[in-house]
Amino acid sequence: MSTGYAKEFKENSGRMSQDLTHRAVIKKALNAYEVKRDENRSKYLDWQEARQAAAEIKWEAVNHLDRYLLEMTEKLEARGTKVFWASNAEEARNYVINLSQEKKVQSIIKSKTMTSEEIHLNSALEKLGYDVIESDLGEYIVQLNEEAPYHLVFPAMHLTRGQIKEIFKKKLGSNTSDQPEELTMVARDIMRQKYLTADMGISGANFGVAETGMISITENEGNARLTTSFPKIHVALMGIEKVLPKLGDLALFLPLLATAGGGQQITCYNTMIGGPRLNDEVDGPEEFHLVLIDNRRTELLSDAEQRDALHCIRCAACLNVCPIFKSSGGHSYGTTYQGPIGSVITPHLRGLQDWKHLSLASSLCASCTDVCPVKIDIHHHLLHNRRNAVSQSPVWWEKIAFIGFTFATAIPALFQLSIKIARLLQPLHGLIKGSLIDPARAWTQTRDLPEIPAKSFRQQWKERK
Amino acid sequence: MNDSKDLILRRIREALKSPAPVPGGHDYSHAETTPTRPKPDLGSFRQFLPEVENDFNSQWSLLSKNFTALKTDFGLLDSKEELTRFVQELQRTENWKRIGYHRGGLTTPIIDSIQTEKVCVNDPYDCQDLEKCDVGISECDAIVAQTGSILITARSAGGRGLSALPPHHLILARTSQMVSDLPAAYDLLYQRYGQSYPSMISFITGPSRTGDIERIVVLGAHGPKKLTVAILKD
Amino acid sequence: MKIHLYVPCFVDQLFPKAGMAMVQILEKLGHTVEFEESISCCGQPAFNSGYWDEARKVATRTVEALESAEVVVIGSGSCGAMLHKFYPELFKETALSEKANALAAKTFEFSDFLVRKLGVTDLGAKFPHKVTYHDGCHGLRELGIKNQPRQLLSHVQGITLVEMKEAESCCGFGGTFSAKFPLISSAMGDVKCSSAVETEADYIVSSDSSCLMQIQGLLTRQQKPIKTIHLAEVLVSQ
Repeated sequence: MSTGYAKEFKENSGRMSQDLTHRAVIKKALNAYEVKRDENRSKYLDWQEARQAAAEIKWEAVNHLDRYLLEMTEKLEARGTKVFWASNAEEARNYVINLSQEKKVQSIIKSKTMTSEEIHLNSALEKLGYDVIESDLGEYIVQLNEEAPYHLVFPAMHLTRGQIKEIFKKKLGSNTSDQPEELTMVARDIMRQKYLTADMGISGANFGVAETGMISITENEGNARLTTSFPKIHVALMGIEKVLPKLGDLALFLPLLATAGGGQQITCYNTMIGGPRLNDEVDGPEEFHLVLIDNRRTELLSDAEQRDALHCIRCAACLNVCPIFKSSGGHSYGTTYQGPIGSVITPHLRGLQDWKHLSLASSLCASCTDVCPVKIDIHHHLLHNRRNAVSQSPVWWEKIAFIGFTFATAIPALFQLSIKIARLLQPLHGLIKGSLIDPARAWTQTRDLPEIPAKSFRQQWKERK
Repeated sequence: MNDSKDLILRRIREALKSPAPVPGGHDYSHAETTPTRPKPDLGSFRQFLPEVENDFNSQWSLLSKNFTALKTDFGLLDSKEELTRFVQELQRTENWKRIGYHRGGLTTPIIDSIQTEKVCVNDPYDCQDLEKCDVGISECDAIVAQTGSILITARSAGGRGLSALPPHHLILARTSQMVSDLPAAYDLLYQRYGQSYPSMISFITGPSRTGDIERIVVLGAHGPKKLTVAILKD
Repeated sequence: MKIHLYVPCFVDQLFPKAGMAMVQILEKLGHTVEFEESISCCGQPAFNSGYWDEARKVATRTVEALESAEVVVIGSGSCGAMLHKFYPELFKETALSEKANALAAKTFEFSDFLVRKLGVTDLGAKFPHKVTYHDGCHGLRELGIKNQPRQLLSHVQGITLVEMKEAESCCGFGGTFSAKFPLISSAMGDVKCSSAVETEADYIVSSDSSCLMQIQGLLTRQQKPIKTIHLAEVLVSQ
C-alpha cells in the first residue's frame, strides 16, 4: 500500500474507528432504518425470489447494453429529448457547461445525483460563476458544510441536529432551534423560489427504460419533481448501466430500491419522465437533455467476472450493514461511491493500483452480498480485485512472504520448527508487547495474543497413537 | 457538440464479447450459459411482491391501512354531493384563499361550487400564482392498494406542477380507480398510454417527507406537506 | 464411518484442545478418525491476500492428500468455506478442477456434519453456564450454518443460551485484515464484545477459533469478565 490514497484511507479510517461519538451517531441513524427495512422485507411473499428476479433483469439489460441503450435513446429522441453520450467526466461536464452558456443560464437547481458528484460537476459550474444549489436536504446540508456526501443515500447522516443548526446559522444566518422540523422548513423556504426562478434543473436518474424511452427518479422530498417541473431546461445525468428493458420492470425495482435503500415499501415520489413538455401539456421544461455517462463503466463491463457490479441500483443497503463502513465512516473512503460496492467499483473507475486498498480493507464478512437486492457478488469481487492487483503488480515483500509460506507449509517439519521457535520466544514477548518495536504490534496494540500451548494438536495426536 | 455515441457503443460491444456468469450466485463455472428459466416479467412479480387479495373489501382495507401509515388523509364518499361537501368542509377548516386546479370530470363541478380565488393550470399560468395557492386539486389515473400510492400523469393530473408545488395536494378519485398492486398499475399505463405516453408519470405515496436529519421523519420537505385523497364510490 | 478430521493450522498450534475435543466426539459416536499430518494450511491467507498462485500450490497438497478420504470434517467455518466454496473457484479450469470439486462435495463443517449428516444433536454434555453464540461469517454466510450449533447447544445439560444482538456481525478478524487494518478490526471487535457482555453470559461460544482469538484478545486486553470457548469443547464438557 504505497499510494497516497491508501495512506489517507488508513489514517482516516483508523482515526474514525476510534471515534466513539461518530459510531454512536451512525448507529442511531441506522437503528430506525433497520427496523423498517426488516418490517417491509417481511411483507414480501418471497424476498429472495424478488432479488433473483431483479438480478436476472439487470443481467439481461447489462449483457445487452448496446441494444437497450439504443432502444431507449431512439424513443427519447423521437419525442424531443436531446441525448448526449459522454465517454468521460470531462465530456459530460463540458456538455452541461456549453449548454448553460448557450442558453444564457444563470441559476441552476439540482436534485440528488451521485453521477454529478462522480464527474465533479458542481465545482466546474461554480468556477464559471454559476449559482448552483442542491435541493435535496441532505445534499444541501453537506453543500453548505463544504464537504462531500457522507453516504450514497443519506448524505448528511454523520451530522447531528445540533451541528446542522450551527451550519444553517453560520451559512444562512438562520436562527432556529435544533428541531428537525424547523431546520427542514428553513431549507424548504429557501428552495421554493429557487425552483421557480432557476433556468436549469439538473437531476439524476435511478433507472432508464428502454421500452418506452424514459428515465425514472426515486425520491422522498419532492425536490426532484419540482426541479424537473419548473426550470425551462431539464438536464438528467445517467450512468449507462442504469437502463432496464421494460417499463413494467419498475413494478419490481421501485419497491426493491425503497425497501433496501430506505426501509420503505415505496418512496414518496417515483417519477418517470419521457421528454420535455408535450404540445398538449400545460407545463414542464421546454427542453430535456439526457447525458449518458460511460466514464470507465465499459471498463468494468469488460470484466465479465465482475460485470454484475453494474447491476448496482445505488440503494446503499450494503453500506448500511457494513461493519467497515460503520467504523470508518463514509468520508474515509475518499470516493464518490462509499462502502462495499464502492470498494468493488472504484478500482475499475479510478485505477486498480491506486484503489486496491479498499478491497483489502474488508474482513470479507459477506453482509453486503447477503443484503444486496440485485445479488451482486460484492465480497467475492473484493477477492477478485485483490487477485487482479497482485497479478498486475505484486507487493515485493508479500510475494516473498507467501513464497516462504508455500515453502514452509510444504515441509511440515519446517512449519513446526517455526512454531517451536515462537513458543520459546513467547515469554519474552511480554517485555515489548504493544510497543513500537513489537513485530506483532499491528495485533498487540489493541489485543492480547493467545498463549501458545505446550503441545500442538499434532503432537498430542501422535502421542495418543 | 459531437458526442461519443459510436465510441461508447463500440466499447460496449467489445466488452460483451466475453460472456458473464449467470446472475445471482457465486458459481463462476457456467460462464457460457444465460439464465435458463423464463425471464421474469410483470406477471411473475406477483409471486414474490407483497401479496394483495382479489376482492374489493380486502383491497380497500389494505389501502386504508397504507394511507394511515403514510399519513395520507382520505375519505370515502357515497355521492357527488358528499364529495362536494367534503371538499367545501376542507376549504372552510383550512381557510383556502386560493385554489390551484385543473379541469376534469370530478374537479370542475366541485371547483365551481367554491367561491374563492382560483388558478386553473389548463390555461397558461404563472408559477408564482400557483406557488401562492393553498391547495392543488387534481384527479389521478389510479390508486394502488398494495402501496397506498396515487398514480398520476401530466395528462390526468393537470401537468407537473399542480401536484408538487402547493402545500396541500387534494386528489379526487373514484373507487373504480383502485388497482390491486404495482404490476396492475403498470398494466394500466400500458393499456391507457401505450400509444403515446405523457411526458411525466408519477407514483405519489404520502405527503413529501425527509429523513435527512438524524433519520427522523419530517413531513413537507419540498413537496406538499399534506396529501388528501377523496374517493367517490362508483 | 471413516472420517478425515481436518484440523486448521490455528487450531493445531494455538487451540489444540478444540481439535482433541472433535476427535473425542467423533470417536464417541463410533467413527474412525484420521488425521493427515502432511497438511498444515488450507492456503486461505495467500488466497485472501490475492496470491492465488501461491494459494494454489498450498491447496494442491490438500486436494491431493485428501483425494481418497471418504468424508472430510473441518473444525472451522472459515477453512470449511475455503475448501467447500473457494477451492472450486481456485482450481477452475485447471487439471485439479474435478478433484477440487469432489473434495468440496465431501467436506463438512464440524457442527453441520454432526447435525445434518449424522443427525446427532445430543452428545450428553454438561455445561452449567450461560453462553452466547457468535456466528462466524464464513460459516454463516458462505456455508449457511445457523441452527446447527444452536441445536447442539440446546441439548447440553445445564446450559443457558442467550442470543446477543450482534450475533451475526463480524468480529473483525478477517485474517490478514486484522493486521493490515488493526484499528478498524478492533473497532469491529469492540461492537461484538460489548454486545456479548450485554447478555451477561459467562462464555462466548463459536465454531471458529480464529474469531475467538480476536474476541479473546480484546476481552483480555480490556479485562472484560466474559470468556471464549470453542463449540467442540463445550460438547465434551462433563
